[in-house]
Amino acid sequence: MKRWLPLVLFVVLVGFFAKGLFLNPREVPSPFIGRTAPAFTLPLVGNASASFSPADMKGRVWMLNVWAPWCVSCRQEHGFLMQLAQSGTVPIVGLNWKDKDREAAQLLAQTGSPYVAVPEDLDGRVGIDYGVTGTPETYIIDKEGIVRLKHVGPISPEVWKDKFEPKLKELGA
Amino acid sequence: MIPELGHFALIIALLLALIQAALPLYGAQRGNLTLMAVARPAAQGQFVFVALAFGCLAYSFLTNDFSVENVARNSFSQLPEIYRFTATWGSHEGSMLLWVLILAFWSTAVSVFSRHLPEDMAARVLGIMGLISIGFLAFLLTTSNPFERLLPAAMDGNDMNPLLQDWGMIIHPPMLYMGYVGFAVAFAFAIAALLSGKMDVAWARWSRPWTTVAWAFLTLGIMLGSWWAYRELGWGGWWFWDPTENASFMPWLAGTALIHSLAVTEKRGAFKAWTVLLALIAFSLSLLGTFLVRSGVLSSVHAFATDPARGAFILGFLAVVIGGSLALYAWRAPKMITGSGFTWFSRESLLLANNVILVAALGAVLLGTLYPLFMDAMGLGKISVGPPYFNAVFVPLMAPALFLMGIGPLARWKEASLPDMVVRMKWALGVALATGLLLPLTLDGFKPWASLGFFLAAWIALAVLTAFVDRLRHGQGSLGQKLATLPRGFWGMQLAHFGMAVGVAGIAVVANYATERDVRMDVGSYAELAGYTFTFRGTTEHDGPNYRAARGTVEVGKNGKTLSILHPEKRVYNASGMAMTEAAVRPVAFTDIYVAMGEQLDDRGAWTVRLFYKPFINWLWLGAAFMVVGGFLAASDKRYRIALRRSDVSKNLAAQGA
Amino acid sequence: MKPFLMAILLALSLPVLADSPASPPASAPKQALPNAEDPVIEQRLVNLAEDLRCLVCQNESLAGSHAELAEDLRREIRGQMKAGKNDKEVIEYLTTRYGDFVLYRPPFKPVTYLLWLGPLLFLAIGAAAWYATLRRRRAAQSIPVDEKKLAAAAQLLDEK
Repeated sequence: MKRWLPLVLFVVLVGFFAKGLFLNPREVPSPFIGRTAPAFTLPLVGNASASFSPADMKGRVWMLNVWAPWCVSCRQEHGFLMQLAQSGTVPIVGLNWKDKDREAAQLLAQTGSPYVAVPEDLDGRVGIDYGVTGTPETYIIDKEGIVRLKHVGPISPEVWKDKFEPKLKELGA
Repeated sequence: MIPELGHFALIIALLLALIQAALPLYGAQRGNLTLMAVARPAAQGQFVFVALAFGCLAYSFLTNDFSVENVARNSFSQLPEIYRFTATWGSHEGSMLLWVLILAFWSTAVSVFSRHLPEDMAARVLGIMGLISIGFLAFLLTTSNPFERLLPAAMDGNDMNPLLQDWGMIIHPPMLYMGYVGFAVAFAFAIAALLSGKMDVAWARWSRPWTTVAWAFLTLGIMLGSWWAYRELGWGGWWFWDPTENASFMPWLAGTALIHSLAVTEKRGAFKAWTVLLALIAFSLSLLGTFLVRSGVLSSVHAFATDPARGAFILGFLAVVIGGSLALYAWRAPKMITGSGFTWFSRESLLLANNVILVAALGAVLLGTLYPLFMDAMGLGKISVGPPYFNAVFVPLMAPALFLMGIGPLARWKEASLPDMVVRMKWALGVALATGLLLPLTLDGFKPWASLGFFLAAWIALAVLTAFVDRLRHGQGSLGQKLATLPRGFWGMQLAHFGMAVGVAGIAVVANYATERDVRMDVGSYAELAGYTFTFRGTTEHDGPNYRAARGTVEVGKNGKTLSILHPEKRVYNASGMAMTEAAVRPVAFTDIYVAMGEQLDDRGAWTVRLFYKPFINWLWLGAAFMVVGGFLAASDKRYRIALRRSDVSKNLAAQGA
Repeated sequence: MKPFLMAILLALSLPVLADSPASPPASAPKQALPNAEDPVIEQRLVNLAEDLRCLVCQNESLAGSHAELAEDLRREIRGQMKAGKNDKEVIEYLTTRYGDFVLYRPPFKPVTYLLWLGPLLFLAIGAAAWYATLRRRRAAQSIPVDEKKLAAAAQLLDEK
């Protein structure tokens, strides 16, 4: 009977490989889902006297969008974010990540801002606290301040429909 | 026009492969000599057309034909000519074409050197290889056509990845493929044996040299890859247990077990089922490697453009070839189990133990490589399995196998005497133990793993010496005469084992006693490492054919005297804008002094520089070289060639109607 | 002004920096400073970072990667180590933010028992197979010749 063992093991392996073709090995899952969004207080872009903290958004469902002026993919989703902001579905806070040359204010003035607030994370410390590995990355945080979803990469209408909309509905946005 | 010619040649090659597979296999089943005889010319014809296709692609690269998409994506007009040629196999499509070319080459070699085989066996072997060719040619033509046109043509190419612009990269893939793909011959022999239901000692004698040569090439290919990575990547390491590295290492482990199993089958007629299974596994792992690297299922630094559609095709192909062969094995293998007996302490039992360990090590590498995929597929989260795991698991597993390498070759077949062995080996054991314990103290202090490594290396080397002494003790004639009469199989084995010892010693030293420093160097400043003084003399601008470089000048001195002047570079390639560091490596006997430029710090020419001291690293490459030469030597043993001559004689006799 | 001052300071501190008898090169010898301020911490950092994965390139260790995030994380780790955190605490800091994915040495948890114990298991199975095969082979080779049957056979042949 053990002569069938190699074949059986192989069939199991093929099953895994077939499943694997649909997965993305480079995607880093977020350990924050279900945990409280890490606290921080950062000055706002262009207005150092004002600041933003996640506690400010308690009681509402909101999105934290990590972006940077030098990030090409962020421009891709900018148009969609503008639409989103205008529709007023959910407030978006734009965490400005590692903007050493401080280009954020100028860029937003040119292109328009979909954000209700733009905290400035110059050295990337807050990004590390949130497990950010690149831009754009977007979090959905619920009314109690708990992270419910993280999306890596630009938000397209499809991604919005498949991932974000159901989650927001669930959270009672 | 030329690309279309190449495309057309591939189609013809596919048709020939179909003929090469279908007719001879059917003919062998029916005993039809005419159909069986189709195999040889079909295989040779297929090779001609695949070579033609390859030539067309190479021509497109060499003439900078950017209307061919592959050329536009992977080449650049300023690329030096040699790299424009090697770009032929620098992409997924091109390397698949190389795969197919080398498979056709092996098929042709088998067609030429198989006159001594029974016709049905030769027909089956070539037929199976034809089946594999069909799969890959179909894959090429349907999903990965290297001759796809880009219209309108690009003005210039995207450039070849700078990492590939090194002559190590020129030889590494072809050698690796010669090995990987060479295992297809052993695979075909195994399937042929299963199909015919016959597997005698002669079968082992026929398939052994093919397998050993493939193994030698694979060893060479892996060594070149490791050597290239060490010199090119600038981090001073030589093995990262990256999925692609593992994809080539696993067939090597299986292949090593296979050549040892074949030894038993050839000499004693035992382990037939084992040998067949190992032959199937070795090539299956080659195919698996191809899948892993091209499907996007694993993330690897080496991965080609990943595409799930291609992945699905290869997976399907894998399922058919490997699944089919394992099913055939399950069905037919029991009929083959015969074999003589042997006692618990004999060369057979020791070789069996060796193979058990090699297969366990193979399993460990496979497990570690695929575990992240297993977990992800079952929704259990994502983990990473890297060098800490593999080193922790692989080294302890291999240690006993290395120890057995000292005893196995000295043990008699069927029944060896343990007390006898102890007596023969006691001084070798003593010297090895002393080496293990004392040598670390002469270096930078005692380290347990280094100690183990030295012990094992000395043990194996002394066992090789003992084998020679024993052999030369008997017989007449001078030492020279006796050495000359030793069979090549013996020389090959001892040399390969000795190479392993050299490699293990090198690893033991470099893994435990290497040092490095990361320093900021102003122009004129110096740093010390391992007794050497490195003085930084600043950088100059230097332009290469397709890059701009900052070329550093570092004087290396010892005891006040300048030993040499090194020129590490930091290059930025014109087409891609990619930056790359070109380390300067200076061998001092078997040790390397290695300097890599880091980042420019300020406008006054200060740079961060990494200095490495790599003691005895060259023993790794040397040891591997010994193994490769040993393999080729063993394969050229005259008993394989006498068989050829005898069959010529009998053919002549047959022709004369005797 | 500053570069001049630096040169003076360096020259003055040379007797402190020079720690080996090797004779330095002739004109204005300046020993290069290590990239890190504290070599002990740096060694700890390198050892730890070699077992961590760079999350950007994903196939390099955190020690060797030149990616900006890697620089940032190394800086963070350096800071943590200076603040007195031990290796375990640093690892926890990273895994709470990036998950187990960042570790090249997989943790020993129920979900990875098979991974860590697997090789041992393979060896054990192999050893069992080795033993079983040997027993079979020993039996094969020690089948005693039955003298009575031999004699009977000889008789049969003689009679024929």
